[in-house]
Amino acid sequence: MEYELIHRTEYRYSEPVTVSQHAARLEPLFEGRQELSGFSLGIYPKPDSISSRQDYFGNKVTVFGIRELHRKLVVEARSRVVVKPLTPPVPALSPLWTQLAARLRDPVSPQDAGIYEFCMDSPMVQISPEFAQWAGPCFGASTPLLTGIGMLMERLYTEFEFDPVATEVATPLEQVWKKRRGVCQDFAHVAIACLRSLGLPARYVSGYLRTIPPEGQPRMQGADASHAWFSAYCPVNGWVDFDPTNNLMPSDGHIVVAVGRDYSDVSPLCGILTGGGEHSLSVAVDVLPVEGKGR
Amino acid sequence: MKALTLPSAIQTGSEPASSLSFREAVGADGLPRGHWRSLWQEMEALGPQERLRRFETAGRIIHEQGVTYNVYGDAQGMERPWELDPLPMLVSAPEWKQIERGLIQRATLINTLMGDCYGAQRFIRSGDLPPALLFAQSDFLRASHGIKPGGGVFLNFYAADIARAPDGQWWVLSDRTQIPTGAGYALANRLVTARVLPEAFRENQVHRLAGFFRTLQSSLAGSAPQPLGEPRVVVLTPGPYNETYFEQAYLARYLGYSLVEGQDLTVQNRRVYLKTLSGLEQVDVILRRVDDAFCDPLELRNDSILGVSGLTEAIRAGHVAVSNALGSGILQSSAFRPFLPGLCRAILGESLLMPSVATWWCGQQDAREAVLLNVENLDVRPAFGGNSPLPKTFDDLRRAIQFAPHKWSAQERMQFSLTPCWERDAIVERPVELRVFLLGTPDGYIVMPGGLARTGVSSSSFGISMQNGGASKDTWVLSEHPVEEVSLLAAADTPVEIRRVGNNLPSRLADNFFWMGRYTERLDASARALRAALLRFSPETGGSELDLLQPLLRILAVQEQLPAESVREDRSVEALEGDFLDAIYNETRPGSLRNIASRVCRLAMLVRDRTSNDLWRALSQLEDSVAVEMSSWSAGEAIGLLNRVLMLSSSFKGIVRENMTRAQGWRFLDMGQRIERALSLCNLLQESLSASHPRSQGLLESILEIADSTITYRSRYNLVPNLMAVYDLVLLDDTNPRSMLFQLLQLEKHLDRLPRKGAQGPASPEKRLLLRMLNALKLLDPSELGVPGAVLERSETAGVLALVYDSMPRLSELLAVTYFEHSHISRTSA
Repeated sequence: MEYELIHRTEYRYSEPVTVSQHAARLEPLFEGRQELSGFSLGIYPKPDSISSRQDYFGNKVTVFGIRELHRKLVVEARSRVVVKPLTPPVPALSPLWTQLAARLRDPVSPQDAGIYEFCMDSPMVQISPEFAQWAGPCFGASTPLLTGIGMLMERLYTEFEFDPVATEVATPLEQVWKKRRGVCQDFAHVAIACLRSLGLPARYVSGYLRTIPPEGQPRMQGADASHAWFSAYCPVNGWVDFDPTNNLMPSDGHIVVAVGRDYSDVSPLCGILTGGGEHSLSVAVDVLPVEGKGR
Repeated sequence: MKALTLPSAIQTGSEPASSLSFREAVGADGLPRGHWRSLWQEMEALGPQERLRRFETAGRIIHEQGVTYNVYGDAQGMERPWELDPLPMLVSAPEWKQIERGLIQRATLINTLMGDCYGAQRFIRSGDLPPALLFAQSDFLRASHGIKPGGGVFLNFYAADIARAPDGQWWVLSDRTQIPTGAGYALANRLVTARVLPEAFRENQVHRLAGFFRTLQSSLAGSAPQPLGEPRVVVLTPGPYNETYFEQAYLARYLGYSLVEGQDLTVQNRRVYLKTLSGLEQVDVILRRVDDAFCDPLELRNDSILGVSGLTEAIRAGHVAVSNALGSGILQSSAFRPFLPGLCRAILGESLLMPSVATWWCGQQDAREAVLLNVENLDVRPAFGGNSPLPKTFDDLRRAIQFAPHKWSAQERMQFSLTPCWERDAIVERPVELRVFLLGTPDGYIVMPGGLARTGVSSSSFGISMQNGGASKDTWVLSEHPVEEVSLLAAADTPVEIRRVGNNLPSRLADNFFWMGRYTERLDASARALRAALLRFSPETGGSELDLLQPLLRILAVQEQLPAESVREDRSVEALEGDFLDAIYNETRPGSLRNIASRVCRLAMLVRDRTSNDLWRALSQLEDSVAVEMSSWSAGEAIGLLNRVLMLSSSFKGIVRENMTRAQGWRFLDMGQRIERALSLCNLLQESLSASHPRSQGLLESILEIADSTITYRSRYNLVPNLMAVYDLVLLDDTNPRSMLFQLLQLEKHLDRLPRKGAQGPASPEKRLLLRMLNALKLLDPSELGVPGAVLERSETAGVLALVYDSMPRLSELLAVTYFEHSHISRTSA
């Protein structure tokens, strides 16, 4: 599937901002089933300094500073991406989860350092026996890894309620856990906490989701938003994605922008401003399938 | 503890210690060890009386220098006086050589490790270092990965806590890699100890510390990315509530660097700038006292209010050097210790010279099993720091270890060596540990020849901590040869560029100076008004005197020293006494003398690195003199106290006037004083004009007294106070430094000398405001007050007073907006 993506973020400030610095992670990854054929980042007002690099997790991050007095900031990322469909793994054929957990229990082999990193606490996700206990019924002694994760995703999907007003970006995991409701970010964090508490590696994925329009209607512009899900490591299939908000395994309807340990590693646009007062934010994401080029 | 009473301990030695502990000063034979003999002789020669006197001198110096240590979570904890035992800890030359070798090796090893953790990570891939040591640490800063500081020095500062086991061997208890604190306290200890025991200091050939700090300066300067001109180095502090703020200010002043907070710095175009009164100045080197993750809210912890947004990017761009490199904190984890011997062989090809205290990291299976069997006897701690409390029971602890073993490590409880401690008139032995400081230079590490010795309260304590009320000591490293004198100031033959202006003042400091000026003047004015009132307040007299007292009480009530009720005519004498008691001694009452004094001292603390020790001393004595608990009223004592306060306040002003350079700090201090003085003069005169007998001799005398103009008046007019003459003197006489006109003229001079943008344009708003007051005052004709029957409250004079009274606070605000604007930082996330 080929997509044209437009991600527009607009901040309005009640008082002028004198200086601001931002870090943007808006450029889709070029890896795996995904190919990036074009990317541009438009920023208003014009930054006085801008630099891009690959961050620790391989994501493209652009750091920019604005020195001009401003009351409004617009950041528009446009990308063109081709995503190949997923050949779904057969969960029953994946290794037992206990094998992977045992392999990643200290002391671990140096070869596993890269995945071990995703078993550890991260700024927004701390492991605890409570998560392990809750996830326990999905992971029997002889459950294959991907079967267990699939059941965990299903359990999350049924027992947690999607609620766009229950949480904010900075809501701590404990509260989400207590309320049993939240948005895609929270669903992903809970799943990650459960897996890591069992000693299994899991990472956070930010990106976009193509909303399939109802038959006979044009797709709605701007109806889409940025999305998040999680990815779990399987010794046979590598990193396998799961979308707990929709209870499915992403295929060519999901576009990956960045991966990290949790939201704090991949926040699409974060900023520190001097001045500004109150701010209002509007985000519009358009995921436009490019006609006639579907693969 | 073992009492070592002088002099018998020296002459015959005391009995062998009953414990196994190594004794620093006493050999196995019970006699003093060789390198301690000279110190013992000096101590003995002093005699008991002199020893006591010297001990007390040490306490006094600490107090006067304001050496403090903040303790968290303790109501009285802020600014706890530093506990110093003036009897030094001695280390002999050959022994020091060993310590030096061991720690240089260790610092070199850890620096290499840090470079690897934030670079290729080959020791993880080789299996020498378990992945957990890096990846399980929340302070492993991914954003710092791949950044390589110039010269390859990641760890510019390193400190090790070491202690001696019963067999005489030194062991490393902990590594300090994040922001090793204590070198400044060690320096402060040295200055006190050398003053208290000058004879012993001379006799013993003690290594000097100044050379170390000189190398520190040149090495920091050398780390500047653009080695053009003289680099600007700043000390980044978390602020005055940090536990070691004193040390940060002390070191900054000693080394000649600006002490700045995160909000004083800004990053623009990937460069770091200091916001000063006259604009932005680029910063080349940052010596940070802010923890790793808090240094940059943009790329590290975004809830930090201590850091500088964009700092990481500026470092990455190579425009600023930060010491220690961001992320150094991970290396102080106790989990590294079991792996150091192996890593030392792998990296340096040597065996580790100084062992670490036995440590088990539960990420290793054998260690985990050993710890689980022994949790009761070991010191179990979170391996990667953190403040989460330990589980309450041993069973819970075992469960916590089993759930996430990599998060835990345990270490052996060690029996520390004992060293003699001086406690007033006795010498007792207490366990001691030593913090030794190292500096990384491109040519390798050097060790500060000395250190911070800390002693525990009981003779078997494990883990000595200043937070728990131990004491500290100077450490004398003895030399086999005469030592050379080093001074921190540049050698006399170094070419010097003449400078008439100092470094530009950060705007935050200008703000503090300004308020320090306002509060010192408020203190002065309050003390004068209180004294004038008390002199006229005597339970016996009453009647005529009470008439005089009323206006004074009203002045005090307007200044908020007295409650509004105290002005009522039916207020009983007892109630008034209570009001006065409160007005002077009650610290919690806003506007009380004691309350103002402590505000002054708090502000003084914020500008310590910019002011002299004398200034500080005067202010701390001032605070002390008011900080007395007083439950019953004594007018005599109160007046004595007010006299003392006024004397100390004028000594403060004298120091400011005579010893402070006429730089920006002084200018803002003086402006604060002028504004406050003008305000209190307004208050005084306005209240007297509306008094029932404004022309009474008694009232005019108290005006002269409060405005400190009695003598001037007598020298001019050989007659009883006359309303017109008094007002002329305190309002319009520009030769009287207490007059209103004098204050306004001084303020005008200051405003003309402040840096400002568009200096050619029209007068600034603050200047226009001042000119309005000045013109009104200059046009005033005091003879209107002489007209018999004039309604004074509606006179022109009253109008001008009202104008000044309303305009001064506005002027203060305008200055704040123009010069102190503290940027409000906010964060967004989408």
